[in-house]
Amino acid sequence: MSVPILKFLLKRLVFGILTLLVVSLMIFFVTQALPSNPGKLVLGRDADAESIHKFDVDHGLDRSLPYQYGHWLTGVVRGDFGKSYFPAQIDQAPAVWQDSGPRIGATLFLLFSAGIISIPISILLGTYAGLKRDKKFDNTSSVVMLLLAAVPEFVLGTFLIIIFATFVSHLLPGAVILSPGDSPWAHPKELVLPIVTLSLGVIPYVSRTMRASIIEVLESDYIEMARLKGLPEKTVVWRHAFPNAVGPVFQVIALNLAYLAGGIIIVERLFNFPGIGQALSEAVRARNLPVIQLLALTIAAVYVVTNLLADIATVLVTPRLRTRLT
Amino acid sequence: MSTSTATDLPAIAAPIGSTLSALSAPKRPPGLLRTAWGLGRTKIGALVALIILGFAILGPYVSPHGSEQYIDGASTSARHVKGLLLGTDNGGYDVVSRFLHGGRSIIVMAFFSTLLGVGLGAFLGMTAAYVRGRADEVVMRILDTFLAFPQILLSLLVIAMFDPRPLVIILTIGLTTVPRVARVIRGAALSVVERDFIGAADAIGEKRLRVLFSEVLPNVTAPLLVEANLRFTFAIGLIASLAFLGFTPRLGIANWGLMVQENGGTIALQPWPVILPVFAIALLTIGMGLIADGLTRAIAGVDRGKAEV
Repeated sequence: MSVPILKFLLKRLVFGILTLLVVSLMIFFVTQALPSNPGKLVLGRDADAESIHKFDVDHGLDRSLPYQYGHWLTGVVRGDFGKSYFPAQIDQAPAVWQDSGPRIGATLFLLFSAGIISIPISILLGTYAGLKRDKKFDNTSSVVMLLLAAVPEFVLGTFLIIIFATFVSHLLPGAVILSPGDSPWAHPKELVLPIVTLSLGVIPYVSRTMRASIIEVLESDYIEMARLKGLPEKTVVWRHAFPNAVGPVFQVIALNLAYLAGGIIIVERLFNFPGIGQALSEAVRARNLPVIQLLALTIAAVYVVTNLLADIATVLVTPRLRTRLT
Repeated sequence: MSTSTATDLPAIAAPIGSTLSALSAPKRPPGLLRTAWGLGRTKIGALVALIILGFAILGPYVSPHGSEQYIDGASTSARHVKGLLLGTDNGGYDVVSRFLHGGRSIIVMAFFSTLLGVGLGAFLGMTAAYVRGRADEVVMRILDTFLAFPQILLSLLVIAMFDPRPLVIILTIGLTTVPRVARVIRGAALSVVERDFIGAADAIGEKRLRVLFSEVLPNVTAPLLVEANLRFTFAIGLIASLAFLGFTPRLGIANWGLMVQENGGTIALQPWPVILPVFAIALLTIGMGLIADGLTRAIAGVDRGKAEV
């Protein structure tokens, strides 16, 4: 790889790490820095002052805020995310990672599957719609995409359950049912509806951007030039237009993967999938701060990493950027 | 525009004069709203959205039973309960009454959070575009960091700290909407602040706040309208989704999102308490989406001098 590309990657990497740092500060501020007295919430209303104090000392909540933040952050870097607030006895409380680790893996698998399925589909749909601009396919797909984009995930997923898992047909299971020790992908059939729901949430945005992008490129001078040279239309579209049009779309894909990371909170709940989305709602309900912090940081990290990958992919894919790196 | 024509024809009676001047004056393009209304999708969207909004707002007044009035055993179909159209839900309440009560709080909270988010976001976006320089950079960078969080995640974090009271939900959804709106409106305002009349207003010493509101704002109303519409749609989805996760102002109170969650497990037994709210939310968001699309198309058409149909 050439020096400019490495320099560019390094710059992006530093920026990504900086963003994560700011994000960690925000998460800490919203959860731990606001006065909320978690000890009282965990131990119950009639807990005596002494046990609340012990709880605070156990979890380091009696220290100054900068110390708490520093302690948490250095822990995060070393892979130590603190101990769960439940049960309240510190020696019995499991490390946060113990429960959340496998869930993070499960969710990443779900996200990855949804991404792998939805991205090529939306790029193809968008390209085709752009090539058939204002024809029947384009108009129909634009209306369908509009409908899909407007409806919230839990509504979309419920429709899928009604159609595929209950009334209209019984083709697919409507919920993920895992026995303890099963890996999340133990029953692939149960994952179909969650993955489809997530994908349907992403496809409209990516395909619309792809459509706009390819239309713009097709109207450019160099495409006219290629056509005037007498190149076959197939070559013009796939060799000249497509590579230039797909570049800008990666940014939108990255944004939408972040949106996916939000969507999993809903979809996991709807289909009972044992990932971080479910764990997060449970932790929020119980105010289990260390768990909330870890999961929120994970979701933000997914966003930062996908954005980084999108930036890199954009540069590597777009011909005119590849040659002009600084 | 029409003054010169009018003074040329002083003696002609007013109605004819105005017709003539209208004829000879350069044709003004029809207003944005009218162009948008001319599109079929805007009409369908408005009709659908209005029907559901009507159900949500007026529902509680026409509801046959109270929203928390126990009627009969849980999840009984209409065949087994006399006088109920669609039977009871998981909690033994009348499905129709729960449905009629369940939309209003979502709509009201979505409305106020949109007002807050779009208002503040538009102000920040316009200001950033107008002042440019350092302040612009700093404000937009800070707002961009918030975009690293999905809106629902931020809302959950805040709700974890404060109970999901209506005010907390409105503030959270409203404030998390700000960065996105600010981005869009800044983009739209950037080309406006470059234009001559802004420079002229600055030159004659107009107060900056006045320039912002009486010169910049009227020129970004079109994107603002689309943005407000979109944000309202998403706010409805988001607030209903939070309710679906169980975060509502008061658990047990009728709410479309919560209804789906409460009755999801018994959907095979009693589908109505799931089907009604799901259709209502879908139709409402789709209706609003169609209006936003109509507006967007109208703007694109107005810019090009013709509207797409």
